[in-house]
Amino acid sequence: MRNPQLNQHGELQHLLTLDGLPRDILTAILDTAAPFTEVAEREVKKLPLLRGKSVFNLFFENSTRTRTTFEIAAKRLSADVVNLNINTSSAAKGESLLDTVDNLCAMQADMFVVRHAASGAPMLIAQHLQNTGRDHIHVVNAGDGRHAHPTQGLLDMYTIRHFKQDFTNLTVAIVGDVLHSRVARSQIAALTTLGVPEVRVIGPKTLLPTEVEKLGVRVFHDMREGLKGVDVVMMLRLQNERMNGALLPTPQEYYKIWGLTAEKLALAKPDAIVMHPGPMNRGVEIDSAVADGTQAVILPQVTFGIAVRMAVMSMLGSHLAPDSTGTRIHA
Amino acid sequence: MNQLDAEALCRQLAEQIRPHVTPATALVGIYTGGLWLAERLHKALGIQPPLGAIDVSFYRDDYGSKGLHAKPQKTEIPFNVDGAHVILVDDVLYTGRTTRAALNELFDFGRPAAVELAVLVDRGSRELPIAARYCAHTLPEALPHDQSLELQRDAAGGFTLKLTQRA
Repeated sequence: MRNPQLNQHGELQHLLTLDGLPRDILTAILDTAAPFTEVAEREVKKLPLLRGKSVFNLFFENSTRTRTTFEIAAKRLSADVVNLNINTSSAAKGESLLDTVDNLCAMQADMFVVRHAASGAPMLIAQHLQNTGRDHIHVVNAGDGRHAHPTQGLLDMYTIRHFKQDFTNLTVAIVGDVLHSRVARSQIAALTTLGVPEVRVIGPKTLLPTEVEKLGVRVFHDMREGLKGVDVVMMLRLQNERMNGALLPTPQEYYKIWGLTAEKLALAKPDAIVMHPGPMNRGVEIDSAVADGTQAVILPQVTFGIAVRMAVMSMLGSHLAPDSTGTRIHA
Repeated sequence: MNQLDAEALCRQLAEQIRPHVTPATALVGIYTGGLWLAERLHKALGIQPPLGAIDVSFYRDDYGSKGLHAKPQKTEIPFNVDGAHVILVDDVLYTGRTTRAALNELFDFGRPAAVELAVLVDRGSRELPIAARYCAHTLPEALPHDQSLELQRDAAGGFTLKLTQRA
């Protein structure tokens, strides 16, 4: 079976997960994002690539940063953007996910950006479109359950490449609540594919998935030990809203053991960068002084996120036309 | 095409432009060949504003059918476009579609006082109402569509024009 994310020409058809996405596609997305970063400095911050196309932001779960950056990215590509906050609309009236999709297809949607609390929802939509012969409509996963958040993973890779250039000599640590984190899964998949020789995950046993080492990572339950000599520290948000039961003591106690402070960061390489996907819980997983410090690249991550999402949408959009199945020339 | 001396054409082009250079003149090269040529002209003509570079990938009219260029480059216009006298530089003028895309992109940076086009070779077959103000050589007959003509730069920075037959 071919990768459901790629079309018969091996090009990106949907972006659902970074797990199993070939290295050349990952690299192509990062390469394509680079020139988009410059658009923000223009007087007219718009490119005509998706002119006349409709992008539907389907958010079944709340999000501010991701939805906004997707919206800005689509608008900078001149697409028409429709934001649907499904919590408050038809789903609440009992409409099924695929019925919602069919209705939006009837409104000539060209692309869906989907955020859903259930893992696999974007894949379900992509398969539905394929089964019904609507290959010209594309799906971008904007975060599904605990499964994947591929554009976050990509913008993290872009950020690392921007500051560290080469992936193949890095030690990268992912710290915190890996268990509930779709971001961590996407990060691990991308870092591994791009050839990072050592990926570490650091966290309490209760917040790491069982058999996490099978993803090809080194596991540390001691933060100080795990941070020694790393080039990149990727903090995760403590996902209070996804927790049932007593996985944790108190936020204060979590901070004492797992919070990133200047003293713990000093164990990493002196030029290590600190990343966080946001939203940050200051004083829980990260100390304010570190979040605002010189090693933090948290705000550049947000800015790069727009360029990376522009790259993904423009790569998908380059075969929006239903008749583009013929020979393709890359001039 | 091998009889075309790209180095001599480049010198001719510089001399054509020279009398029209003013303090407001700025050069913008179109990737890749046009940018090499623009670098040369920028130096030869002692142009004051820094050199601009345009990659028209995001403005092409065949994006819907051909997709994105494999590795688009960064467009950089490091001078104030408002009121500038801009000379767009490309190696070969063909359908005019690249020039159209470059014009559209340039105007997203501001409102130039004037825009002119300088090319090394005009190979004919225009599909748009676009003409070069400065052109070192016009082919007596349009080249067939299955042939591609482009500027090459060797390791020492020397220019040649290369004609290739497309499959």
